[in-house]
Amino acid sequence: MSDDQVLLKVQDLKKHFPITRGILIQRQVGAVRAVDGITFDIYRGETLGLVGESGCGKTTAGRTILQLYRPTAGRVIFDGTDLTVLKGNALRHMRQRIQMIFQDPYASLNPRITIARIIGEPLRVHKLASPQDQVERVQELLHLVRLNPRFINRYPHEFSGGQRQRIGIARAIASNPEFIVCDEPISALDVSIQAQVVNLLEDLQDQLGLTYLFIAHDLSMVRHICNRVAVMYLGLIVELAAKDELYDHPLHPYTQALLSAVPVPDPKAERKRRRIILEGDVPSPVNPPSGCRFHTRCSRAQERCAQEEPTWQDVGGGHFVACHVV
Amino acid sequence: MAMLLEVRDLTTRFHTLDGVVYAVNGISYTLEEGQTLGIVGESGCGKSVSVLSVMRLIPEPPGKIAAGQVIYRGQDLLKVDEAQMQQIRGKEIAMVFQDPMTSLNPVLTIGRQISEALMVHMGMSQEQAYQRTSELLDMVGIPQTADRYTNYPHQFSGGMRQRVMIAMALACMPSILIADEPTTALDVTIQAQIIDLVKTLRDRLGMAVIWITHDLGIIAGLAEKVIVMYAGFIVERGNVDDIYDDPRHPYTLALLKSLPRVDRSSKERLATIPGLPPDLLGLPPGCPFTTRCAYVVERCHQENPRLEPAGLGHEVACWVDVTTGRER
Amino acid sequence: METTVENVAANVLDEFEIPPLSPRELVWRRFRRHKMAVAGIFIIIFLILYSVGGAFFLSESYANHTDTSKRLQPPSAEHPFGTDTVGRDILARTIYGGQISLLIGLFAVAVETIVGVLIGAIAGYRGGLTDSILMRFTEAMFNIPQLFLLLVMAKFFAGKIPTIQLLGRTFSGSVIVIIFILGLTSWMYLARIVRADFLSLKEREFILAARTIGTSNLEIIVQHILPNSMAPIIVSATLGVASAILVEAYISFLGLGVQPPTATWGNMLDGAYNYIDSAPWLWIFPGILIVLTVLAINFVGDGLRDALDPRTLTE
Repeated sequence: MSDDQVLLKVQDLKKHFPITRGILIQRQVGAVRAVDGITFDIYRGETLGLVGESGCGKTTAGRTILQLYRPTAGRVIFDGTDLTVLKGNALRHMRQRIQMIFQDPYASLNPRITIARIIGEPLRVHKLASPQDQVERVQELLHLVRLNPRFINRYPHEFSGGQRQRIGIARAIASNPEFIVCDEPISALDVSIQAQVVNLLEDLQDQLGLTYLFIAHDLSMVRHICNRVAVMYLGLIVELAAKDELYDHPLHPYTQALLSAVPVPDPKAERKRRRIILEGDVPSPVNPPSGCRFHTRCSRAQERCAQEEPTWQDVGGGHFVACHVV
Repeated sequence: MAMLLEVRDLTTRFHTLDGVVYAVNGISYTLEEGQTLGIVGESGCGKSVSVLSVMRLIPEPPGKIAAGQVIYRGQDLLKVDEAQMQQIRGKEIAMVFQDPMTSLNPVLTIGRQISEALMVHMGMSQEQAYQRTSELLDMVGIPQTADRYTNYPHQFSGGMRQRVMIAMALACMPSILIADEPTTALDVTIQAQIIDLVKTLRDRLGMAVIWITHDLGIIAGLAEKVIVMYAGFIVERGNVDDIYDDPRHPYTLALLKSLPRVDRSSKERLATIPGLPPDLLGLPPGCPFTTRCAYVVERCHQENPRLEPAGLGHEVACWVDVTTGRER
Repeated sequence: METTVENVAANVLDEFEIPPLSPRELVWRRFRRHKMAVAGIFIIIFLILYSVGGAFFLSESYANHTDTSKRLQPPSAEHPFGTDTVGRDILARTIYGGQISLLIGLFAVAVETIVGVLIGAIAGYRGGLTDSILMRFTEAMFNIPQLFLLLVMAKFFAGKIPTIQLLGRTFSGSVIVIIFILGLTSWMYLARIVRADFLSLKEREFILAARTIGTSNLEIIVQHILPNSMAPIIVSATLGVASAILVEAYISFLGLGVQPPTATWGNMLDGAYNYIDSAPWLWIFPGILIVLTVLAINFVGDGLRDALDPRTLTE
């Protein structure tokens, strides 16, 4: 894919949250290194999956890319513009083009206002429609997300979880964005509703030409919806590849363990599986292990792994991995 | 195999300000010694309430176990008094919940909580309880650090806390372990650890296990018998291979088809189940799945089908034969 | 730890998606269950009708009309509440005094709420240095005794306050002074609560969503956070009215309150000081009215506080 197809460039992005002590004067005694230097590109029209377990930093990464948290270091270049140096109105203006869908359909909508106002907010803030036209536009959006436009003056609590998530989606596409960060958009939904929402996201992508960063921990769903997948562990990306390549030929030991741990709804397949069981828990992002962060739990770790951080290697075919033992 | 637990026509309702919630509507099943039963369904299907009813942990009011029998080793648990029930809970039938933080006392150390359970239920002395606690913590894979007794629940990670819960549940060597979504809140690699642990312990101790979850993947790898629940009813049941290879209920069928798989490349759209989960505030006359079913016929609106055999050890509650598409 | 019903109860009902009532309906339903709170509302309505409606029957000049020949008369047909030390009709004075007392209560609370919400919102939302400064200022204000301020005011303004004509009534300008002093010395409690609310609310996901959209900070505060933190503000304001009326009563009793001839329930009590035994009607009637008002408001406030309890109002 050529360079002018790149919509978003993330370069060595870091986000550390300081830990402070002290009563009168706050000293910084450490930091939670939630995102500790990630680099990748997202191409126009694709869905890039970002997977990992809790504490890996994927949600923080999504929010830092959108500048909801200001990065500690690194750059985020969206369609040629570096978002990290934008401030105030310039940044706010940019937000028209980059949006987010949140995980919790109950917490991400203001319970005290109607969904007309919730969905219409981007239109108001960016002055995309006159007040008269706003109602019509909101109804159009409701129609797009397959909700009855008659519901326009109802309150969030009158809808089910899946419906609320659609309202969140309608809000995210209201300003005609080009890029949407989907932060675990289906994790909080019932299984039978998840497929509905995923299909909707895919359809909208085709209809509106959207590019997605899909953050999730459900590896089965990620395989279905994404084109390429990046695996995160303790603030770093350990492997990145096209989806079938990653799932069928994972190279990094963590990716292998992760994939082997996912249950499959097929008793025969389950009986045949050999699970890689990882020892222990995820280390704390305050004090990550030296060298390769995964070495403390890796069955193939060598001496080198404890001392040297592995470099990002191109293994060919768009497959990248950071590992000494590969 | 000896029959350990027999549930007959269990019915549980909740009387709330908004009306009566028909949580569990006459379900029946059996559990043999050493058997692993999986109860599968989405939120609101009644799976949790049904096992809480078996353990008589339903708050009354607003809940009420309206009918049925729960026969454990010949005794109907719904008829014994609370003192006897307390003897059975923890000792004969133990339970592990989804969120260990609400089941563990945050102000007591782990060591103390486990020892206490041992002293109360098994009449052990403090010395013996300490010894046994040590064994249990080893058994569930909690590393032998000096502070593992003196740590408080919040000092452990989610996976560790769940192991502690399992240790407490197994402390008195129960015959049945009931696990209600114990790994739903855990990361997938930790979940694999816990499931592996339960399998090992189950095989070693010959325990029967009832595992409740919405995750069809977990059940496929864990259970021998499976019950599928919807709106408080059992809609299909059978052994695990039958349910996954030859699902007969439209709900089971649709659910399996809507799941993406991690081991398969998928090019088509996910099959969806239209509509919304059922509203439990009423008990409509027909089958509860009617509004979302692809095979619905007239009879479905009028009468709720009962479980009928559909193969050896395989039962389904449906008026339509999904293999032919025609009414039975 | 034993698996007991209590441990399990909280989680059981979570499994069901019973369609919840709207926040307003829920609050109203829970409020209705507080019999005392509902009674309180009726009492307040009565008191308002009394003070405002009563003015249509008895004129202000009548309330201020002195007639020393008729002084200290016990309740009679002509003067149902009796007369005071200079022969004024007590019933009429309680009506007009009620207007002032309620007015002071309402406006003092208005001042208090506006200042408290402003400071609390800015401190909670901005955080950091702004928060520290504002909070230190708030704490400093806690240390200023109302009484001291009033003494100083009384000394300073004695004799210099003009009368005001407003809405067809004539009353002492000290009413305005009292309103501001009361308001400006009691906003701190509300500021702290609002700040705490804002601190927690601003981390809520729908606020993050608003920021993602590009909504300005001001709009976020006014349109998103404030409507969600109305509960403590409403409760505080309600109870604040009772508090203001009480404070007015006792500062008037100390002679530092509203200056005569403008009546308030409080300064009527002051006038009864020397006649507690001999002419109890001087203090019984205004006293009862104060007690009724304060009790009623407290009941309503308690009912509101329970009905609005955020712990059980999760969306």
